[in-house]
Amino acid sequence: MLTILFDGVAYGMLLFVLACGLAITLGLMNFVNLAHGAFAMAGGYVTAILINRWGLPFLATLPFAFLVPAAIGLVLERTLYVRLYHRNHLDQVLFSIGLVFMAVAAVDWTMGSQQQFVTLPSWLKGRVDILGVQVGLYRSFIIVVCSVLVVALQLVLAKTRFGSRLRAAVDDPRVARGLGINVSAIFAITFAFGSGLAGLGGALGAEILGLDPTFPLKFMIYFLIVVTVGGTTSLTGPFLASILLGVADVAGKYYVPSFGAFVIYSLMIVVLVLRPQGLFARAR
Amino acid sequence: MHRRTLLALAAGLAAAGLAGTTPGARAQETFKIGLILPMTGASASTGRQIEAAVKLYIAQNGDTVAGRKVQLIVKDDTGVADVTKRLAQELIVNEKVGAVAGFGLTPLALSVAPLATQAKVPQVVMAAATATITEASPFIVRTSFTLPQATQPMAEWASANGMKKVVTLVTDYGPGIDAEKTFTATFTKAGGTVENLRVPLANPDFSPFLQKVADAKPDALFVFVPSGYGAQFMRQFTERGLDKSGIKLIGTGDVTDDDLLNGMGDAALGVVTSHHYSAVHDSAENKAFVAAFKKTAGFRPNFMGVGGYDGMHVIYEGLKKTNGAGGEALVNAIKGMAWTSVRGPVSIDPQTRDIIQNVYIRKVEKVDGELYNVEFATIPNVKDPVKAAKAN
Repeated sequence: MLTILFDGVAYGMLLFVLACGLAITLGLMNFVNLAHGAFAMAGGYVTAILINRWGLPFLATLPFAFLVPAAIGLVLERTLYVRLYHRNHLDQVLFSIGLVFMAVAAVDWTMGSQQQFVTLPSWLKGRVDILGVQVGLYRSFIIVVCSVLVVALQLVLAKTRFGSRLRAAVDDPRVARGLGINVSAIFAITFAFGSGLAGLGGALGAEILGLDPTFPLKFMIYFLIVVTVGGTTSLTGPFLASILLGVADVAGKYYVPSFGAFVIYSLMIVVLVLRPQGLFARAR
Repeated sequence: MHRRTLLALAAGLAAAGLAGTTPGARAQETFKIGLILPMTGASASTGRQIEAAVKLYIAQNGDTVAGRKVQLIVKDDTGVADVTKRLAQELIVNEKVGAVAGFGLTPLALSVAPLATQAKVPQVVMAAATATITEASPFIVRTSFTLPQATQPMAEWASANGMKKVVTLVTDYGPGIDAEKTFTATFTKAGGTVENLRVPLANPDFSPFLQKVADAKPDALFVFVPSGYGAQFMRQFTERGLDKSGIKLIGTGDVTDDDLLNGMGDAALGVVTSHHYSAVHDSAENKAFVAAFKKTAGFRPNFMGVGGYDGMHVIYEGLKKTNGAGGEALVNAIKGMAWTSVRGPVSIDPQTRDIIQNVYIRKVEKVDGELYNVEFATIPNVKDPVKAAKAN
């Protein structure tokens, strides 16, 4: 069933946009940032507010859905996260999960607990028939945006000066500093960028996943599955993992509905038993 | 002297002291009502609706009943059963409430049932809708509805209106399974065929299930999702083009919850549901209620709000009948009570302590630029079919 495959790929791509920021902060910066979903939620709410209260069209809100969470991420990185880079992972987990609860309560208080709706332009609604395959327009849009993102990200990390500095800063901050690389600035920019990507994912996902204050908790598990299955040392890993998980989840629910909800978890267990370092990562 | 004997003696004295209070003295005490609701978390809209309705009822009817002052204590259980139970215990033991009320979800209501039985405190269920709840304690009275009660008329309407093949899609938990079973039983008995699909409670994407529906090509899709998920479901239903494929969307009123209906947009137009309340129910009582509710709360009442409003009504009327006494007397006074609610004529079944009410078949239409569930058929005095079947 090509329609199922298409839906699965689109869903996987969406998971990737949501989780790739986490792949950057957790994978590249080695910081266990469970608050990642809170930045995604921020992006979703930015889009919802701009559309519903300010009347902006959907596409015009997407840059803001990236920039606002990125700015929040930058501020939090400079003030809070920076103090925890050298702490152990348990401290980072406790700190970031605390941030999640604060974010949930803050959004509940300011925006109310009800579902927020994002109004899509009419050209993104509905579906078309291409060679017998039913293709949802919004899902195609997600696939296009994600494909562009993954190529751009991979190029930045692998080919640019910034990318190599980042990798150097992560691998050995002391030596990197000695070489004149401004490690803390690179970390701040990277973190902000990761948060921005999360925000963009939240904005794109609001239509399909829904948006309410419990968003960061509801989807935390999915972000973590993507990153663990994909491995944390590259971006291609999480990308391929997202697609695999998206297709497996959708197909599982379609073909074996009674078992469908567990397919994604079973897949994760199998992958982690066979390749504990993640599907596409080299063992360290 | 053994400590245990001492304790027994003290307890005996305390009991004697309580028994000695005269009715006159008791009339001076305040009657406390512990309202336990999910005010935060995923079911917060339920809590918000019920709290607003309960406060509106008190504002309209005064806070003195049968010579006793009524005091409302609102607690937030965040939708977690452990918290509900702890709060109920605190309210019963420390605050000595005369009744506990609220209960947004089935597990929350069930967690308190043993406490209600033990402490002989009436438990007024204003929201939770699994059929079996009232069987968990003889002190439970329900003023909301049961899912089989709302579902059965939909199944009958569907088969009476020429539908032969229906796919049901329900969320995989108590009320969803209730709805699925009732629909399947009623619809197959009337000669139709049904295919069942269950969606996990934590399900971010309906697409695989909707694709299955599209491939099955039924006459109609019967859906139950807890209120809050309805909008998301509806959007994916239209995104998939199912609204244009000739598959009718039917369900219980949860999916077109009045609270969220406007936000769903035109995707919801034409959806047929069966439920016990709509904000445009055509009666003088309801018009006054909706106007007052909107004025004080700032949003439209939904079926949860009405469950809360009528829950307060049975407590108030029960107190009047029993001259302010709580406990068993209050529950007994509520049994068999009948009145005209804002949703139409209702009564409390003396056997099951569940509400008997009209169920309406409604269609989403635009009224004055807003979306509403417009009622077009009435099935009068529906009892909960699950317990009715057991009684026979």
